[in-house]
Amino acid sequence: METTSSPLLQVDGVTLAFGGVKALTGVGFDVRPGSITAVIGPNGAGKTSLFNTISGFYKPASGAIRFKGEDITHVPAPQRARMGLGRSFQNIALFRGMTVLDNIKLGRHAHLKTNVLDALFYIGRARREEAALRRDVEERIIDFLEIDHIRHAPVSALSYGLQKRVEMARALAMQPQILMLDEPVAGMNREETEDMARFILDVREEWGVTVLMVEHDMGMVMDLSDHVVVLNFGQVIAQGTPAQVQADPEVIRAYLGAGDVGDLRAKLQRAA
Amino acid sequence: MRIGTLKETYTADAALFDSRTQKVWLAVAAALLVLFPFMASDYWLYLACLVSINVASATGLNILTGYTGLVSLGQAAFMGLGAYTVAVLETKVGTPFVLNLLAGGFVAMLGGLIVGIPSLRVKGLYLAIATIAASFIAHFIFANWKFTGGTGGLSVPPATLFGLPLDTSFRLYWLIVPVTVLMLLGAANLFRTRVGRAFIAIRDRDISAEVLGIPLLRYKLLSFGLSSFYAGVAGGLWAYFFRVVTPESFPLLMSIFFLAAIIVGGMGSILGGILGAVFMTMVPELLKLVVDLLPGGSELTVFLSPVRTVIFGLLIIGFLVFEPHGLAEVWRRIRRFFHLWPFRN
Amino acid sequence: MDWAYLFEISLTGIAGGGLYALAALAFVMVYKATRVVNIAIGEMLMAGAYLFFTFASMFALPLWLAIPAAVLGAGLLGAVIERTMIRPLLGEPPISVFMVTVGLASVLVGLVEMIWTADQRRLPDFMPTKPIMIGDAFLAPKVFWGAMIAVVFIAAVLLVFRFWRGGVALRATASDQAAAYSVGINVPRVFSLAWVASGMLAAISGIIVGSIGGISSSMGVFGLSVLVVVIVGGLDSVLGALIGGLLIGLIEALAGAYLGGEYKLLATFIVLVAVLLVRPYGLFGTHEIERL
Repeated sequence: METTSSPLLQVDGVTLAFGGVKALTGVGFDVRPGSITAVIGPNGAGKTSLFNTISGFYKPASGAIRFKGEDITHVPAPQRARMGLGRSFQNIALFRGMTVLDNIKLGRHAHLKTNVLDALFYIGRARREEAALRRDVEERIIDFLEIDHIRHAPVSALSYGLQKRVEMARALAMQPQILMLDEPVAGMNREETEDMARFILDVREEWGVTVLMVEHDMGMVMDLSDHVVVLNFGQVIAQGTPAQVQADPEVIRAYLGAGDVGDLRAKLQRAA
Repeated sequence: MRIGTLKETYTADAALFDSRTQKVWLAVAAALLVLFPFMASDYWLYLACLVSINVASATGLNILTGYTGLVSLGQAAFMGLGAYTVAVLETKVGTPFVLNLLAGGFVAMLGGLIVGIPSLRVKGLYLAIATIAASFIAHFIFANWKFTGGTGGLSVPPATLFGLPLDTSFRLYWLIVPVTVLMLLGAANLFRTRVGRAFIAIRDRDISAEVLGIPLLRYKLLSFGLSSFYAGVAGGLWAYFFRVVTPESFPLLMSIFFLAAIIVGGMGSILGGILGAVFMTMVPELLKLVVDLLPGGSELTVFLSPVRTVIFGLLIIGFLVFEPHGLAEVWRRIRRFFHLWPFRN
Repeated sequence: MDWAYLFEISLTGIAGGGLYALAALAFVMVYKATRVVNIAIGEMLMAGAYLFFTFASMFALPLWLAIPAAVLGAGLLGAVIERTMIRPLLGEPPISVFMVTVGLASVLVGLVEMIWTADQRRLPDFMPTKPIMIGDAFLAPKVFWGAMIAVVFIAAVLLVFRFWRGGVALRATASDQAAAYSVGINVPRVFSLAWVASGMLAAISGIIVGSIGGISSSMGVFGLSVLVVVIVGGLDSVLGALIGGLLIGLIEALAGAYLGGEYKLLATFIVLVAVLLVRPYGLFGTHEIERL
């Protein structure tokens, strides 16, 4: 489901440095609306730093980030969330002091209007918003991700796979236009991975959400993505369709190293 | 065993008191609160008022430290701000007590906002230490400013309701307890909304919270402001209750008392704030009782103060080591037992 | 501008700062090894001083016995504290351990009041009493000799940290417990050692401070200034403890002399607030980077 309209998200020549270490150098790519774009690369390539820069946690030394044509490089992170940048985290960042339901509801924070006085008295706006939020979360998200049986469970009591699903639910509650998933199937078994893959496709189909994901599971990347961006040592070394990227000698070298093993692997892939 | 708690609407599921038994207990508690002053002696009325004030202040601290994770050792200083505001307004302006209490809350809130401003850069223990510094600075101002009566402090005329002076524990009960109940309800409501959730998110993972849409500085300041507002009102009630305010009325030890109260009671739970404040207020009284009953009683009273200090410290250490979720967790365990009985788990 | 007076006050301040530095060292020792902020450092100081008082005045032991006995006793106290209240909270959020030290401070003050009452006491003199003159400036002999003793111990600790295996082990345990375990460092033993050393250093500091100004159950307030010292210097920096100590000692002495005694603590706390706003990790502390 690809459209040829202007890119939803544009990363343009972004350079990020920590002291002397360059985490990202001149990284640039487009994310088309309605697409599933994967960012891959060996460990330490800068994938999570890239996500953090797009989210607004890091400020790039140079370059720009554009969302729906608007330059958001200097927009604070909470506002980016309100504009439609949803996010899940690599090492699950659920709030352990809350239940599943509260964690998910928290995703909607930036779109709600209740202020502290409304909250203290809990009449009028607070009550209405909470009721509407609950209904929406239950019917659209909890149902969709099949987590109704754990809605009141404290998140710390859940298995890893379920926690990842709740992360996804929270990201969906953010009413995102672009959903950034950082390693959504890390540590999952075959079955869980397939479930998550199905959810991601459904999210695109039913919600019209664009997906940008960091992933190591090559099977998932190749099967799901429309566009793949390969990072190594903070630079984009290749981008294109999954097939193009898979055959790219630079990419193979980055993952498997130069030399015999790399050549052998490349031969096997061509033969396959 | 707890059965038959089926909910048919989302609103019902989200209610504060959701089962029939809970509502019954609530009614009983309310009835007791109303009947209590007519049955109790002056001593118990005095204790009830003191407990109530402490519950109000502890709840405020719980919002800041228990729910938002911003450790503060400045609660007593904020109470002092409220108390002094009430004292000054009563003696120099003579405005009605409702206004004075609100003003006390606001002045304390301003203090809280000022202390909270660096909370974005200054985190965790550094913030705790900064609040100690703020306490000292406040104490210095109270003791050296003529406007606040210097080291002698100010004496506070009683609050008056349509000309009737509230100068006995019985009369003050009807001011202090309803105000406390309102404050408790407000705090409980807070955590059913996005504001409360934001506070908890800041406590658990503040950087992720920001990326999820929560402006950190605004909500940290909100937490500081709200909790110090609570402290200010509690301080104002304190002023009307004790009728004299001096710089030594709100020492650092009192801030430690409130921190201990929420640890003992259970941080991050409204019930915890209540249990902790009740417990910590009653422990010295219990101690006095024990000392009176012991044979060498009168000689031991000189040990009362240091023993109290030691027990204080031991309670903090003991609960942190053995029961970090406080009395509220103990209560929850008991409840669970009765909900599941005759089953085990 | 009375320069001679300024010089005299500064000298006293710096010498007093040496004492702060020693106590700050006790604090840094524990923080470096276990990442614990010990707010009861002032009370541990007090405990050491009272132990010395008991051995020297109440048991009338000779000085060469009383001082080591007090120091060892304080070391033992440190070990007991670590085992009973710090070790069980391994892995808990730092704020819990901080609160435990708050409780500890309370317990120590209460115990002292119970056993020795809250009255102020004098420690037996053991330092030379000839007034010290540097040029025209007068320096109280106790302050001078106390500072000298402090300097000796600070130098010793600095050397130990640098060169002794134990010092390296301490630093390793502080940066990464799991890694330290895996290279064979006995982590629990390192923790105990750190607290024992801290207790002993605090005791030495307490004995000196007590000799100068007497001992009482409110001696622990010294710890608040020490807290400022370690924040200014950096919670995990030995050098920072030294420089921070001298700095705070100087500032307090100047504030006390030119503004009045009650301004001492105020000046200290204003410095604290300023440092927290401008450079929260202190002059020499390590900056913690947050990862998302």
